Amino acid sequence: MIQIRDLHKSFARKKVLAGVDLDIEPGQITTIIGASGSGKSVLFKHIIGLLKPDSGSIRIDGEDITKLRERELYRTVLKFGMVFQGGALFDSLTVGENVAFGIMKPDLTAAEVSRIVSLSLDQVGLPDDINQVMPNELSGGMKKRVAIARAIAKDPQIIMYDEPTTGLDPIMADIINNLIIKVNGSSKITSIVITHNMVSAYKISDKIAVLYDGRIIESGVPDDIKNTRNPFVRQFIEGQADGPMQIR
Amino acid sequence: MKFIQQALLNFARNSGEIFAISLKSTAFIFKPPLNFRRIINHLYLDGIKSIPVIFLMSVFTGGVLALQSYYALQRFGAEVFTGSLVGVSLTKELIPVLSGLILAGRVSASYSAEIGTMVVTEQVDALFTFGINPLKYLVSPRVAALLVMAPLLTLFGDFMGIMGGRLVAALVVNQNPNLYDSQLFSALEIWDVLSGMIKSVFFGLTIAVIGSYFGLKTEGGAKGVGRATTTAVVVASIIILISDFFWTKILPFSLR
Ligand SMILES: Nc1ncnc2c1ncn2[C@@H]1O[C@H](COP(=O)(O)OP(=O)(O)OP(=O)(O)O)[C@@H](O)[C@H]1O
Ligand SMILES: [Mg+2]
Repeated sequence: MIQIRDLHKSFARKKVLAGVDLDIEPGQITTIIGASGSGKSVLFKHIIGLLKPDSGSIRIDGEDITKLRERELYRTVLKFGMVFQGGALFDSLTVGENVAFGIMKPDLTAAEVSRIVSLSLDQVGLPDDINQVMPNELSGGMKKRVAIARAIAKDPQIIMYDEPTTGLDPIMADIINNLIIKVNGSSKITSIVITHNMVSAYKISDKIAVLYDGRIIESGVPDDIKNTRNPFVRQFIEGQADGPMQIR
Repeated sequence: MKFIQQALLNFARNSGEIFAISLKSTAFIFKPPLNFRRIINHLYLDGIKSIPVIFLMSVFTGGVLALQSYYALQRFGAEVFTGSLVGVSLTKELIPVLSGLILAGRVSASYSAEIGTMVVTEQVDALFTFGINPLKYLVSPRVAALLVMAPLLTLFGDFMGIMGGRLVAALVVNQNPNLYDSQLFSALEIWDVLSGMIKSVFFGLTIAVIGSYFGLKTEGGAKGVGRATTTAVVVASIIILISDFFWTKILPFSLR
């Protein structure tokens, strides 16, 4: 269970988060939607402790991570698997080394590590012989899948995806959607997904939260969002250029 | 006025952070797990591969110094001391500082570009999610490599510079190499060489830390990486030039 309360964050003059309240239920897929630049990635980085808020709290299983010292953060962060917006694969390491990087158990033999690596690659539908390839030789969709493999190899309690389907063709996007559902279902982990893509959001979410103007302005199950009367949310889910929403 | 205040504040903050990073990343070198593979990689890429350019710089610096010293000393009939002057100037000042500046250009630039690219592509954030401190993983091996390589390259440069001077003395101004050698050895002391090498250890630390620091501070895409690289090279060079004066003043035996 992750409870975010009254989270505020400004950069220089710019206010990005202005009182975010959000509950993320264990074992579910929670999706955060919002316009470009609305602060979704910033919110994500607060949840794993990469950024410190100006005020507010984030409780993960009761522990407020905004109060932790650096050393304790390096410990709690191990609960998380993170799929970054651009994949964030280590470009000096091979695909196999990238996936192995995530395996946090120090006392495994090389054979056990490589077994987990090929298992994780298999889970995301990539062949074993991609192991030796360098990340810059991969397509965007493959990079995202390797990033997911790296995150699940870590065996996390919470997995976060930052725009996993952005920039992919619709078929690859759906493959990723199914993957997210599969990963969530197969190991009882909590999933948090950021997306712009309403098709994905409706398909994968147990709960959708809409971030606008620094706050969560609406949240609920996909049907709640689909039938919302909130004019801001309507404009976003219908993809209208004209409407009340101010896009900066 | 406001602007000057802001600039001073920034300077103080940056200096503080740079000092903290220097201490932490040096301490992290010895904290297990030891990153031998990464250290060796940097020893090779940033040290061994700098040998050709250090070689060229040293030989030509030694050569031109011998030439100038010979004619300058000749004005008061003291040209026999060419070897002494060349040896002492090279080992105490020229080779450590020029090697430092060359490494600042070559290595600070690549450190800030590599780390800066990792920052803008979120690879540094990704390291954090694996519970890995970027100072330990990225900065420490680079610091370790330069702490070892800077003095060794300086020693190599000292030797090559003296050889360059000897060659020019023999071939261009027809001085007897035996005279050059005997004057060199009568004047040059072990402390001349050592004080230069000690300074270069500090220059090496500066180069690695400044390159890494501005890399870690990179913001905003490819342009940000470019800015970080330029800043790193300029700042590292300035620190080397200014601190050299103070090291010379402080270090025992360096003014004799
Ligand atoms: N480190 C930072 N320093 C200053 N401003 C920042 C920083 N990180 C983010 N911002 C600003 O915060 C705002 C929100 O950024 P964020 O990356 O969270 O947007 P986003 O919702 O993820 O957008 P997108 O969908 O395009 O990824 C942006 O205006 C951005 O410029
Ligand atoms: Mg984003």
